[in-house]
Amino acid sequence: MSHFAAVLLFALFASTVFGITQRETPQRMLRYGIYCFLLFIGSAIVISWLMYFIAR
Amino acid sequence: MATQEIKNAAAGSGAQPASSQGFVYLPLIAGWLVPGAGHFLLRKWGRGALLAAAILGMFVTGLAMQGKLYSGAHDILDILGLVGDLGNGLLYIASQMLGLGTVQVQTATADYGTRFIVVAGLLNVIAAVDAHNLRTGRKS
Repeated sequence: MSHFAAVLLFALFASTVFGITQRETPQRMLRYGIYCFLLFIGSAIVISWLMYFIAR
Repeated sequence: MATQEIKNAAAGSGAQPASSQGFVYLPLIAGWLVPGAGHFLLRKWGRGALLAAAILGMFVTGLAMQGKLYSGAHDILDILGLVGDLGNGLLYIASQMLGLGTVQVQTATADYGTRFIVVAGLLNVIAAVDAHNLRTGRKS
């Protein structure tokens, strides 16, 4: 399994739980879950690029 | 005076006294022992199924990545890992009994797997607390 696939799976599972537990209505659960998922993926990509440039 | 009015309003809003609700910690304990069981007890079938799938998926993925289950506490990091693992409830106990997660971590992927298992336990605790909040009426 590639590292990015691991990030995708981690984000999927964690954002599912966050969405269900942190909001009350199904629509808001879905929106918050998608929001968390995108934040997980986005922050992983941004931090990866930061580390890439710091290492150079 | 104002406090008394708030109490009266709460009493009149249909809230049942705790004594008539049975054992309020049952969804919390069931949800901790078996992922999603707390929500199933409250007849929240969809939420329970999704929570169970997410937590079980993360736990099994962690084991498939050859992640390690913490079994003893030698230093503070091990203690924190063990606490996270214990959040998985019966999954942790069953895996220990089956001898899973005992291989030495040698690759980065296996280290990620160890984190997956710990985070699955922490997510399970969040889900169990959510079931408790549903049970007490703090959340609808």
